[in-house]
Amino acid sequence: MIKTSIARKIAMALSGLFLILFLGQHFTINITSVFSEKIFNMLSHFMGNNPLVQFVLQPILIFGVVFHFVMGFVLDIKNRKSRSEKYISFKGSANASWVSRNMIFSGIVVLSFLGLHFYDFWVPEMNYKYVEFLPQNPDRYFSELVHKFHSPIRVLIYCLSFIFLGLHLFHGFSSSFQSVGFNNKYTKGIRWLTVSFSIVIPIGFIFIAMFHHLNG
Amino acid sequence: MDLTLKIWRQASVDEDGKMVDYSISDVSPDMSFLEMMDMHNEQLINKGEDPVAFDHDCREGICGMCSMFINGEAHGPDRLVTTCQLHMRKFKDGDTIVIEPFRANAFPVIKDLAVDRSAFDRIQQAGGFVSVNTSGNTQDANAIPIDKHNADKAFDAATCIGCGACVASCKNASAMLFVSAKVSQYALLPQGKVEATDRVLNMVKQMDEEGFGNCTNTGACEVECPKGISLENIARMNSEYLYASLKG
Repeated sequence: MIKTSIARKIAMALSGLFLILFLGQHFTINITSVFSEKIFNMLSHFMGNNPLVQFVLQPILIFGVVFHFVMGFVLDIKNRKSRSEKYISFKGSANASWVSRNMIFSGIVVLSFLGLHFYDFWVPEMNYKYVEFLPQNPDRYFSELVHKFHSPIRVLIYCLSFIFLGLHLFHGFSSSFQSVGFNNKYTKGIRWLTVSFSIVIPIGFIFIAMFHHLNG
Repeated sequence: MDLTLKIWRQASVDEDGKMVDYSISDVSPDMSFLEMMDMHNEQLINKGEDPVAFDHDCREGICGMCSMFINGEAHGPDRLVTTCQLHMRKFKDGDTIVIEPFRANAFPVIKDLAVDRSAFDRIQQAGGFVSVNTSGNTQDANAIPIDKHNADKAFDAATCIGCGACVASCKNASAMLFVSAKVSQYALLPQGKVEATDRVLNMVKQMDEEGFGNCTNTGACEVECPKGISLENIARMNSEYLYASLKG
């Protein structure tokens, strides 16, 4: 089933919606760091040590991320091959938005950011727990987060990446519903939700990074 | 109006093409785009040159034969019209007009601006029909009650003339708007539901075999479609396909 164009499109949409759900959950936990060090540490410790999260949800998430990016590249290569002879004059902006035409570009920026983000947080976390087997410390998460946002260059990279994440979501969120066959009286509501989500979540993440940079 | 035309010239499918510049004078704003092309061809013939090959038939926006990509858009800058319905009043004196064939690997150039769109015919043959016993006892289609809402949507889908502007406009050369219109026009009607599963699976399979790209929901096809076929049809085809695949 996954071999046909529509099956790939549906798989791409479902993995995207799964990642959007994760993004919402990630943001909900991160925003607590602005209000309460204690709550942030408690939630982070739970996410980092709960067996269901660690050994079931985390592998599913990593698979979802890898699948979404690999499938994105596979589809993009196939699409580029579908028109070997390019137009001399192609007015793409006349009929489609920039974000919808450049999902691969915003996706590559987000992928590059994920590399940095994993290097910053996930790799040290795995090292702490499963390589060095350091003792559990439920109060370490907040200070680790704040420490990462000391560097203005890192904060700048994070903020720029969040802007591209917003652009990616601006098309991808509602597009996912269209891909799974959902286009009806609720589509306007989904579009409204898409616009809100793609603005609020990236701005929220930027706010968190700036907040810890300025107050850390 | 005096215009400069930059036209794609290609002798055959096996030969490389190139853009050739022409000047044309005394073009009336009331001419259709194809009439301007006729005038240009007359001038080429009078000079002993090979006229520009392009597809056309009804010249009323019904047949879907005309297929030019004008100034970066399928059927030109106007909306909800085919090239034959595009008028020269949409251009200004002194303009340069770039005219190319619809480009997609599934639409090989036959000559100049004429492309082979028989891929659409093969997709249609794969399932775009309702099997009817024509022994003489065929039931009158109007005898079957059909919900007005669905009848209207089926009619809207059926207005697709298969011109290929959706493929030409899509950055991925995807044919999903065309195929979804053909799937939808039957899927919404009781006569079409009997073969709905096989239809969507076979038509999508044929679409993929023809080498069209994937849909990324940019919506360019809907904007450029001369008949205003809605993206809603693509969503319907996706759900029909998902249901048919799960049903096996």
